[in-house]
Amino acid sequence: MAVHQPLPDLPPPPSERGLWGWFRQNLFSTWYNSIASLVVGYLLIIWLGPVINWALISAVWTGEGTDDCRPGAACWIFIQQRLGFFLYGFYPAELRWRPNIVFVLFLITVVPQFFPRAPGRKWLALFGITGLPVLGFVLINGGFFGLDPVATSRWGGLMLTLILAYVGIIAALPIGVVLALGRRSEMPVIRGICVTFIEFWRAVPLITILFMASVMLPLFLPQGVSFDKLLRALIGITLFQSAYMAEVVRGGLQAIPKGQYEAAQALGFGYWRSMRLIILPQALKIVIPGIANTVISLFKDTTLVLIIGLFDLLGAVRSTLSDPAWRSVAAEGYLFVALCFWIFCFGMSRYSHNLEKKLDTGHKT
Amino acid sequence: MNSDPSLPPKSSVKPWNDPRVRSAVFQILAILAVAWVGYSLFQNTLTNMASRGISTGFGFLDSSAGFGIVMSLIEYNESMSYGRTFFVGLANTLLVSGLGIIFATIVGFIVGVLRLSNNWLIARLALAYIEIFRNIPLLLQIFFWYFAVLGTLPSPRQSVSIGEVAFLNLRGIVLPKPIFEAGSGAVGIVLIIAIIISLAIARWAKRRQAATGQFFPVLPVSAALILGAPIIAYFALGSPIGWDVPALSGFNFRGGITVIPELGALLLALTLYTASFIAEIVRSGIISVSRGQTEAAAALGLPPRRVLRLVIVPQALRVIIPPLTSQYLNLTKNSSLATAIGYPDLVNVFMGTTLNQTGQAVEIVAITMAVYLTISLSISMLMNIYNRAVALKER
Amino acid sequence: MNSEEHIIAPVESAAADEDIIIVRDLNKWFGQFHVLKSLNLNVKKGERIVICGPSGSGKSTFIRCINHLEAHQRGEIIVDGVVLNEDLKNIEAIRREVGMVFQHFNLFPHLSVLENCLLAPIWVRKTPRKEAIEIAMEYLERVKIPEQAHKYPGQLSGGQQQRVAIARSLCMKPKIMLFDEPTSALDPEMIKEVLDVMIELAGSGMTMLCVTHEMGFAKTVADRVIFMDGGECVEEGPPQSFFNNPQQPRTREFLDQILQH
Repeated sequence: MAVHQPLPDLPPPPSERGLWGWFRQNLFSTWYNSIASLVVGYLLIIWLGPVINWALISAVWTGEGTDDCRPGAACWIFIQQRLGFFLYGFYPAELRWRPNIVFVLFLITVVPQFFPRAPGRKWLALFGITGLPVLGFVLINGGFFGLDPVATSRWGGLMLTLILAYVGIIAALPIGVVLALGRRSEMPVIRGICVTFIEFWRAVPLITILFMASVMLPLFLPQGVSFDKLLRALIGITLFQSAYMAEVVRGGLQAIPKGQYEAAQALGFGYWRSMRLIILPQALKIVIPGIANTVISLFKDTTLVLIIGLFDLLGAVRSTLSDPAWRSVAAEGYLFVALCFWIFCFGMSRYSHNLEKKLDTGHKT
Repeated sequence: MNSDPSLPPKSSVKPWNDPRVRSAVFQILAILAVAWVGYSLFQNTLTNMASRGISTGFGFLDSSAGFGIVMSLIEYNESMSYGRTFFVGLANTLLVSGLGIIFATIVGFIVGVLRLSNNWLIARLALAYIEIFRNIPLLLQIFFWYFAVLGTLPSPRQSVSIGEVAFLNLRGIVLPKPIFEAGSGAVGIVLIIAIIISLAIARWAKRRQAATGQFFPVLPVSAALILGAPIIAYFALGSPIGWDVPALSGFNFRGGITVIPELGALLLALTLYTASFIAEIVRSGIISVSRGQTEAAAALGLPPRRVLRLVIVPQALRVIIPPLTSQYLNLTKNSSLATAIGYPDLVNVFMGTTLNQTGQAVEIVAITMAVYLTISLSISMLMNIYNRAVALKER
Repeated sequence: MNSEEHIIAPVESAAADEDIIIVRDLNKWFGQFHVLKSLNLNVKKGERIVICGPSGSGKSTFIRCINHLEAHQRGEIIVDGVVLNEDLKNIEAIRREVGMVFQHFNLFPHLSVLENCLLAPIWVRKTPRKEAIEIAMEYLERVKIPEQAHKYPGQLSGGQQQRVAIARSLCMKPKIMLFDEPTSALDPEMIKEVLDVMIELAGSGMTMLCVTHEMGFAKTVADRVIFMDGGECVEEGPPQSFFNNPQQPRTREFLDQILQH
């Protein structure tokens, strides 16, 4: 019998190769696909061209006011003119270095969290949930160490959006963890309280919660105690967000196999220690994508505070657009805010998506 | 627990180390804490309301509202009560939620399926749609449609005409309105009969298939019947359904149905926003049916159409339905953003105007929250029943 | 250092005379289902016991009762002189002295092999970290994988993971080791490496309770074999008589089934 000779590898037939092969497979695989590709491609070109022309090529970027704008072209002048207002709201211009410092600290704390190998990441995270909010409040609010106080009613713009989102997450995460543990408790009363709390806040729209926080909270407090509007909004957002966070964390707790609990027990760990050392570190790691998704929705939801009269980024742009001088640039104004939110939310969702993929492969044993 | 005297006594359990005692104590403390918080909130509220001179109770619901509402599905005028404003708002909320759910489902399913198209261009377009709309705050989208798009429409006199039957202008969208004349009931009856016959055909075909193995083209026959029979009846009876086509008279349109721009913008934003989430749900639901399932069904010789209907869709639906329901709930809750552009929904009318006029925040916020709570809890209860039914089938 | 664990103590020696585990009239129900029916067992210090039986016979539940992973409803368990009841302090005391190895290893995937071995000594036994590392490395050496100390469980094979799990339990210096089907989840070629470690451990005088189907292991190391069926102890005896001359027809049937191949 002849000795077996392996066949050499041949290149694929031309229909599978190169640009033409790609086109054939992805755009023109069947006659109806070809028609669809041509029609959609044609519509896209005739539509996208003018849009790009309107938004970028013939757009007006700098100028004094809407008088400098051309019809049929986007007018981005308001961004340059009102940038300070969009970023800080009514925060006094000469004191804006204070939020700037806080923002830099915020970046130093948060950016390394996206890189698992960053040194000192855990300490930065600890600073982020303890020191940063305190320091941020001292700096932005003032009133301490000879810093001029700035009333919260003057905070606004992107700064306010970030404050609402950041404080909301930082406060909601620990509450959410406690609620999730409570919901899985074996004690019926504790479980009942947690379930009621979680389901209540999840069942009602955020708007009604913000309304409640702004009109009812003052009635709930003892006489003489009063919270300002921002704090009330933060309380409402935190209550709302912690319920969603609890459900995310609960998902993670449920995903931890029973054997982990048993191994911890068999080694002599009590409830709190096994949670802290064994279960929660694993559960929280699994739910990072879920937490990221919660952050995205919270970030989008912060816009609702304009309904109770706070000037977040959207509120700042909206109030600019209600100024007769800028009324004609409504579309540009909303597109600008949309782009700001979109960049953040899309980036975050990509991050969470990649992490999910990584966890998917990394956890298989 | 154990009363056998030959065993050492159980008294060695110290009460503070007994998990049952601990848990009982802990739970009692929890109840006390909740009760204390509840009580002090209640007391504070009473004192605060008394000191501010806010009246309590639900008596205000019967007093006259005295304000007008732009749009109402039920009969309403200014002399009616605050209680009536609640129902006007609720009906508007349900209307926008219901329509939003229908449209978002249609758009979402279409985009979700297109996302899986093997045509690169179409799949990418669907992806772009999803990524754009779900990453922009809904409130912003509502503002965009309301102020930047519908707000720039021309006045009624320069309306954008769609085939001379529907018109777009600053005051909304004017659509033709059907008028049911004598004999139109007969068309409806014919339609119902056609549906009943179709169902009967389907049953008969199923039984025949079970007995003889032969297929009957149920779908085309029923479609022809349900569509064709009423049309024939319609013309046979001399076109009993007329259309009230809106016409410009003076500065506004007369006749037809006017969809106010608030409703249009809200509906558009809710639909497009929610559809982007539904599309993702549909896509991942279809993907979740493993490739092996398709291959196994194809290997059994089922044609692609039947693979889809008999193997893929039933399994995908099981994955799709729970998150889909939660999207429906989200849409219903999100419809409360109506208040930002002044669409008279429950939050806008009742929690807004009525609250401002009466000042009875506690009662009104409680009623409003109770409505959403009822909707949410009843839907999640239905969902739990569904999940249980599905889970049982798995065994 | 830990001399008492390295002496191979013959079971019949006077020092080991006392019973380290006493189980009397143990009964357990899962809802209406009576899983354990009036079990009695005395285990002497250093004794090695193999429990076998068909699946669903309650053998796993039985050894899980001994460190109170399952609560029993009637009867009495005394481990190392401590009565196992609902008292949390007693439960903790017993769990400190009783190591357990699971069918699915249950290593902590977020910790490295070494950290898996350190966690309980540091947090439960309050051993200083440096000393805990020394002990951990010693046991990792004993299960023959010191070089894997800084890997994560997910990077190891099943056999290696199970050996780490054994080392993790040993780091608590337990007086008793419970094995709950330690080789059932392993690929055939990895069973031997785990059994070797267990045989070595048996040689060192550890009191062992093993739920296993490895009859070869039972013949080599067991002092007593217990056959359970339907929540009852059907037969027990030294391995020679148990395997060569089973008294109960149910035992014979079971042995025929598993020894056929």
